[in-house]
Amino acid sequence: MPQTMIEVKDLAKDYGLVKALRGISFEVPAGEVLGFLGPNGAGKTTTMKILTCFMAPTAGTATVNGKNVLDHSLEVRRAIGYLPENTPIYTDMTSLEFLQFICSVREIPHNQRKKRIRELAEVCGLLDVLAKPIGDMSKGYRQRVGLAQAMLHDPPILILDEPTSGLDPNQIVEVRELIKEIGKEKTVILSTHILPEVQATCGRVIIIADGKLVADGSPDQLAAGQSKNSYRVLIDPDKNEGSPYRGGNGSLVRALSVKLESIKGVKSVKESGGEDDAIGLLISADGDADLRREIARCARDNGWLLLGMQRHHATLEDVFRRLTGKKASSAPTKLESTKPKAEDEDGEKDSGAVSASESKADEKDERDADAEADVKVDADKADADKADADKPDADKADAEEDEAVEEEKKEKSK
Amino acid sequence: MSVGKTLTIARRELGTYFNSPVAYIVISAYLVASGALYFLQVFLIKEATLRDFFAVQPLLFIFFAPAISMRLLAEEKRSGTVAMLFTLPLDDWDVVIGKFLAAMSVMGVGVLLTLAYPITISRLGPLDWGATIAGYVGLLMMGGAYIGIGLMASSWTKNQIVAFIIAFIGSFGLYLVGKLLPLMPASLAPMLRYISLDTHFANIARGVLDSRDIVYYLSIIGGCLFLAKQSLDSRRWR
Ligand SMILES: Nc1ncnc2c1ncn2[C@@H]1O[C@H](COP(=O)(O)OP(=O)(O)OP(=O)(O)O)[C@@H](O)[C@H]1O
Ligand SMILES: [Mg+2]
Repeated sequence: MPQTMIEVKDLAKDYGLVKALRGISFEVPAGEVLGFLGPNGAGKTTTMKILTCFMAPTAGTATVNGKNVLDHSLEVRRAIGYLPENTPIYTDMTSLEFLQFICSVREIPHNQRKKRIRELAEVCGLLDVLAKPIGDMSKGYRQRVGLAQAMLHDPPILILDEPTSGLDPNQIVEVRELIKEIGKEKTVILSTHILPEVQATCGRVIIIADGKLVADGSPDQLAAGQSKNSYRVLIDPDKNEGSPYRGGNGSLVRALSVKLESIKGVKSVKESGGEDDAIGLLISADGDADLRREIARCARDNGWLLLGMQRHHATLEDVFRRLTGKKASSAPTKLESTKPKAEDEDGEKDSGAVSASESKADEKDERDADAEADVKVDADKADADKADADKPDADKADAEEDEAVEEEKKEKSK
Repeated sequence: MSVGKTLTIARRELGTYFNSPVAYIVISAYLVASGALYFLQVFLIKEATLRDFFAVQPLLFIFFAPAISMRLLAEEKRSGTVAMLFTLPLDDWDVVIGKFLAAMSVMGVGVLLTLAYPITISRLGPLDWGATIAGYVGLLMMGGAYIGIGLMASSWTKNQIVAFIIAFIGSFGLYLVGKLLPLMPASLAPMLRYISLDTHFANIARGVLDSRDIVYYLSIIGGCLFLAKQSLDSRRWR
């Protein structure tokens, strides 16, 4: 049973009228790398500022290394290495001077200072710029100084607010490796907007939205627990052959769905992205089992022509969007409503294409935050489209999935 | 609180002062202003005394001290470095006193440079060095009080200009009560005389180092630093 390093209970923080945190609770055992996710303004930085004793919570308690942040502020701060958001450091100092300043405030013994600074300068790629004023550095180098500063005193706990923002891809990979390495012995909390980063570095993820905790688990658990697997199939029911499925499209879809839903593990089937003479279906399944064979068999047994099938793993990004995207999508909704109906439907097809092509392999690709944001916006728009178009089926399916999430959360909280 | 950390803060702060033009500009302006005002007087009265030099100091310091102190905490808040500074294992007192010492040092440099005046004067005629040194001690004490007021003002805002104005109004107020004494009701006079920055300094500048004057300045400094510390600390209250 690992020791609990950080314990947060019902933490709430108001900035005047703004409720930044509305009661979040979590625990971090020693040696865990915890990723903080959440949209802008969710309260990640606020939580970190409370944990690092920068400010007091309005309600609730936070304990670091067994010490309450309010009562044992100094001890807590000694145990933590903190990289604040946007790396605010004294710009008129050189990085060497700054690191020496930190050494002295952290009371690192004189005879170790030189060695420590050299080690960290090496690790963080600062050797060439030690004599450069921080104000003259690029953002990425400043970020490196911030990282070096946080680790200088070899703290048991590291709290890093967007540690890789502003770094180049090489450095991002290095920092992730570094965090993973550190995470073997130390407790790390990091916040980020780069989801692949969480999958690459964190053993556990917490998603905060609007000051509340909406998910907590390992990246894989969350992805698995979310919408499980889904399969996108394209079926030509072969109606010309005098099969029993001749008739209106709606009844056809219903007939197909009934057959497919009888497969063990299939949760729901909904129509999505068909072609002129073929019906597109989105099959959601429970559990991890691969149902492609069963689906193909079902098609064969019923005499349908299976034109295409694609399996889609739920990713952390899906989870994130599902749990936190509602707010974000409400803004573009208005824009969309001015579009003609036909385009709406196009939009939906597109969204299907986007999610279908997002396999896990894609997810691991290096992507910068901007590109990712683009994808997200597209998806959000698509969500909005879905909501706009009168598609009871789609809505129902969405609602079902939301319910599933709710249940998930309830189970967690037990 | 630890002396080592306090000095670390003070050193860093001093580095910032002298890495930027701020300290040089403020000190030069002070030297020019006090020198000009003083030598005009000296040539008029043709007497080797620093009385007139000390007489203008309370007024000059109303500009000089806030110009030094305004950035102390306001700048940290504006640039966000507070998030770094106050999550380091530092006592708030380390920060407040360290910053106070740094600002005092900058002011001290300015004041020490004015020693050129008594040295010049002493060649023209006999100078009472005892009174002069007492005057300088008083000057540093009074400067400390002004810097304390400025540091407190700087802890209340993230805008340097606002910090300057608050400090200016505060110190000008304490200066003015002394000047307005004749206009005030007699019953209030003793109290007003006591809180006036100016009257205490006048005593010292005459060469009389009275413990009451010293207590007065030290309590202003202590009070202001305490309020500055409370203001920083209030973030951690609930
Ligand atoms: N000093 C402040 N005064 C008033 N409101 C604040 C202050 N700091 C943060 N907030 C508000 O608190 C909420 C949470 O902010 P926080 O900085 O914790 O978000 P975040 O999750 O770190 O977002 P981001 O991803 O953009 O960094 C936001 O609504 C923000 O506007
Ligand atoms: Mg933030």
